[in-house]
Amino acid sequence: MSNRLSGPLADVAGDAGYAAHPSRVGFFTDTSVCIGCKACEVACKEWNAIPEDGLTLTGMSYDNTGALGSDTWRHVAFIEKVAPAGPVAPSAHPPIETSTVDLGMPGSRPPGRDLDAAAAVDVTWLMSSDVCKHCTHAACLDVCPTGALVRTEFGTVVVQEDVCNGCGYCVPACPYGVIDKRPSDGRVFKCTLCYDRLGSGLTPACAKACPTESIQFGDLDELRARADARVASLHEAGVPQARLYGHDPADGVGGDGAFFLLLDEPQVYGLPPDPVVTTKDLPAMWRHAGVASLGLAAGVAACFLGRRP
Amino acid sequence: MAEAHPVGFQWVMEAKSRGATIIHVDPRFTRTSAVADIHVPIRAGTDMAFLGGLVNYVLSNEKDFREYVVAFTNAAAILRADFVDSDDLDGLFSGFDAEARSYDTTTWQYAGVDEPVPQRDESLQHPRCVYQVLRRHFARYTPEMVQRVCGITPASFAQVAEALTSNSGRERTSALCYAVGWTHHSTGAQMIRTAAILQTLLGNVGRPGGGILALRGHASIQGSTDIPTLYNLLPGYIPMPRVESTSLDKHLAGDVGKTGFWGNSRDYVVSLMKAWWGDAATADNDFCFGYLPRLTGNHGTYQTVLAQIAGDVKGYFVVGENPSVGSANARLQRQGLANLEWLVVRDLQMIETATFWKDGPEIETGEMVTADIGTEVFFLPAAAHTEKAGSFTNTQRLLQWHHKAVEPPGDARSDLWFYYHLGRIVRDRLAASTDARDRPLQDLTWDYPVEGESDDPSAEAVLAEIGGFDATGAPVKAYTDLKDDGSTSAGCWIYCGVTADGVNQSARRKPGREQSWVAPEWGWAWPANRRTLYNRASADRDGKPWSARKAYVWWDEGKGEWTGHDVPDFEKDKRPDYTPPPGASAQAALAGDDAFIMQGDGKAWLFAPSGLADGPLPAYYEPPESPVDNPVHPAQQRNPLREIVRHPGNTMHPSGSEPGGDVFPYVFSTHRLTEHHTAGGMSRTLPYLSELQPAFFIEVGPGLAEERGLEHLGWATVVTARSAIGPGPGDGADATAASRRPHRAPGRHPVALGTHRADHRRCGQRDRRHRARSQRAHPGQGRQLRRAARASAAGTRPARLRRGLPGPRRHPRRRHRPASQ
Repeated sequence: MSNRLSGPLADVAGDAGYAAHPSRVGFFTDTSVCIGCKACEVACKEWNAIPEDGLTLTGMSYDNTGALGSDTWRHVAFIEKVAPAGPVAPSAHPPIETSTVDLGMPGSRPPGRDLDAAAAVDVTWLMSSDVCKHCTHAACLDVCPTGALVRTEFGTVVVQEDVCNGCGYCVPACPYGVIDKRPSDGRVFKCTLCYDRLGSGLTPACAKACPTESIQFGDLDELRARADARVASLHEAGVPQARLYGHDPADGVGGDGAFFLLLDEPQVYGLPPDPVVTTKDLPAMWRHAGVASLGLAAGVAACFLGRRP
Repeated sequence: MAEAHPVGFQWVMEAKSRGATIIHVDPRFTRTSAVADIHVPIRAGTDMAFLGGLVNYVLSNEKDFREYVVAFTNAAAILRADFVDSDDLDGLFSGFDAEARSYDTTTWQYAGVDEPVPQRDESLQHPRCVYQVLRRHFARYTPEMVQRVCGITPASFAQVAEALTSNSGRERTSALCYAVGWTHHSTGAQMIRTAAILQTLLGNVGRPGGGILALRGHASIQGSTDIPTLYNLLPGYIPMPRVESTSLDKHLAGDVGKTGFWGNSRDYVVSLMKAWWGDAATADNDFCFGYLPRLTGNHGTYQTVLAQIAGDVKGYFVVGENPSVGSANARLQRQGLANLEWLVVRDLQMIETATFWKDGPEIETGEMVTADIGTEVFFLPAAAHTEKAGSFTNTQRLLQWHHKAVEPPGDARSDLWFYYHLGRIVRDRLAASTDARDRPLQDLTWDYPVEGESDDPSAEAVLAEIGGFDATGAPVKAYTDLKDDGSTSAGCWIYCGVTADGVNQSARRKPGREQSWVAPEWGWAWPANRRTLYNRASADRDGKPWSARKAYVWWDEGKGEWTGHDVPDFEKDKRPDYTPPPGASAQAALAGDDAFIMQGDGKAWLFAPSGLADGPLPAYYEPPESPVDNPVHPAQQRNPLREIVRHPGNTMHPSGSEPGGDVFPYVFSTHRLTEHHTAGGMSRTLPYLSELQPAFFIEVGPGLAEERGLEHLGWATVVTARSAIGPGPGDGADATAASRRPHRAPGRHPVALGTHRADHRRCGQRDRRHRARSQRAHPGQGRQLRRAARASAAGTRPARLRRGLPGPRRHPRRRHRPASQ
């Protein structure tokens, strides 16, 4: 049973009880070719009829979406990244040595304000389209008491809107902070990997709309092979900072169904560097709880035993 | 390009993944800059100096593709002795008439142009040969001058120059892409001319992977200049007749019988007249040439607006455009609209141009009163591209057909429906008229079949008319089939062949993997399905490819014809060693190595002896309003031939060291954002797009923010002599989103003004509609009649613009709009 909560798992849908099922599908988001056009965000909202969630100017570069949420299932982030100035190709930028780790978080001053021309630094953008990771071991699904969150035959994780009762257990369970409650409604919403389109043999809306093939959809095994080849070619082309994120079945969530090619450390993109399925320790916790309750029971029993004359 | 043309940019990203170097030259850091290999920030409006620097680099380091230049350009042509370059005339060329502000082009001609063989020096050493004139002309555009004018460091300049020249020549080619950042200037012609000179010197024209690609504001703007919505052109770039053109022969006297394919102009015009007036057009009545309207002067958009204000223009059709928002000096535009008798607006949404009379900014301020506006406005809902059939012509001259997917909703109809039925009704009304002036309408061929429940005319029938018919009524294969005897017809000669064999060639969608890499069976490109123009230049003088890697079109000696991957842009059986016999005309007068077949001498023009009003070579002039003096030609601050729009509502700022030049000390530029489309009729009303780019904001560098006390997400007001803008709190935050980069250009700080934001009315929010373009003057246009709207001067204040009628100020400063309202 321990295998079902963490560690590599070859057949996710089979493990969920599907005897015969299609191969596992997912997204490979290659952020090195993302141009930040946000077609994926719009296509997602259009197809899934997600409500508009506020005409708010954030002042964060050209990203007025902010974050993934109940009304944003794809989010194109614009990460402002300090880079050396001058005639150096950005793709050849060596990472800047800093004493502290840059988390890519907004500072207290507007970007650029601390920079003066003499310091010879520039700011560039890392653009990346974030989405639900469709984890191999999905904690949201594990903690859902109503069965609203299910594993589909495609190996993806979907919320059944008509079953969700809005308890919200899944929200803190997600190691990526993806799943979110819609305040006006109370239920939780997230990317379904266009489950309704998959059933008809269609590509999910975001991948279909992406003009640069930054978002690639397909069988997970094939996407992983494609991603390995892409990283190798980027390394060869002099982009040593290219790396994959979420592709490793041995990681803390057993690998993601939606994984990424990043051009910097995951934390720069606001992604946890070492995500762990939050229900991983559930058996141990129950064991400990069992031991503790047995101990308690034994203690209580001892008290009564001790009072016998 | 990623910002304004994200779909087209996919091919740039694909090229990048195959090893291409992407260089982005833009005052602003954008999505394109973020993915480009090199981003070069430049002062807005100074592109010509930067390109001139590159030309100088090529010439002074002899990096030009010499064999190509000698064979296919006019570098070897020798100029007349009395030509005087702008170097010696303080920025003017010989022949300038200060009174008329125009040039007499006599001195720009080749020496011995009237002799049978004009003088040439293929060693390029003659002091008056074009190559040497070019060297001297561009010598002043040094890297130091580029830095002074554009703010580009010599190191950055050298990096671009090296990248471009090392990727051009026999084995490699480079392409330039530009958009309205070049055309919307009084010096747009200079910029694009310099780019053309650069690409020609590097051998990047007529070869695969080369060229200059104009990316423009709308889908199919290429199509709307091919079959023009421009007042001064007929379809296929044939000039519109002027009042003096009393007969067809007189109109075409400049072209007919001359060398090059324009020598056949009469075939094209007669066929056009036959397409329009059918049997009524005969040799006896000059093929109805007299039916065409005549030009009496400049009837461009901005002149029309002035004529509206003057009361000379009574009615106005606005179709697929939103001048109240999208045109320079929008305030003047609205003044014009308010002075009409009637206005027809066709659009997808109730746009500001249709509602200016009740909720325009001038109504809000009290400058205009609704009751005083007599304009009768007809708003007609239009069908979207999915709701009608038709073609799009892209930057590569590629026509791609779109089929009607769904019927338009409600009363919405296609533009074709509107014009066809309007014409039909007008013709019905005039059917019994005996007035001679109604004959052109009565004689029109107006017989398109209609289809569907709304009687939509068949778009394919219109395409067939454009594509042309021969004497038997069969579709023509190419424009070379056209005749000037009235036996053929064609609505646009360059589109001949689009319906060859009775097939809608533009609707072909054979996948790329099932055909050659040129993909000739995807859509159809004019002319004659040729994907690269002047592709004879992809082979050397002898007709052999310059290199195996760049082989494209070549001479097959065995078969005695031109062949290759593309349709050769050359007479198929003209040998590379052909020399024209004396007295030959049209294409027969061009030799076997005259690759540029539309030019009279068959050569690419590094120096333009005719056809350009602004001068035979580009020279650097400052934008009409500029905070700095012209460093290149101090005596010539602005383009001397710019059109000046004089009107009290179109006041101009002094420049540089002129008195008052320091009042508006900042360069400002307007720009678009990915999330919205042009003036926003198709995007600003859509919640999913508007939430992504909801508010009007300016971008400034940290230096300017410090200097003017601007705060990130605080209020700002941008002031020019024409207007002041700064949206109110109903707009959400009006931000001074500090630019991400410290500004390194010399001179003054730039202000970038997004013209895009949500239409809060449609998105269920309050609406405020001061748009960026209220700011821009019609500050004079270059002779290409383009507006100068991309670089101008402004002042910036950290205060919120006061709106509406005087009253108490409610929110003196509000930094953030609440997330939900």
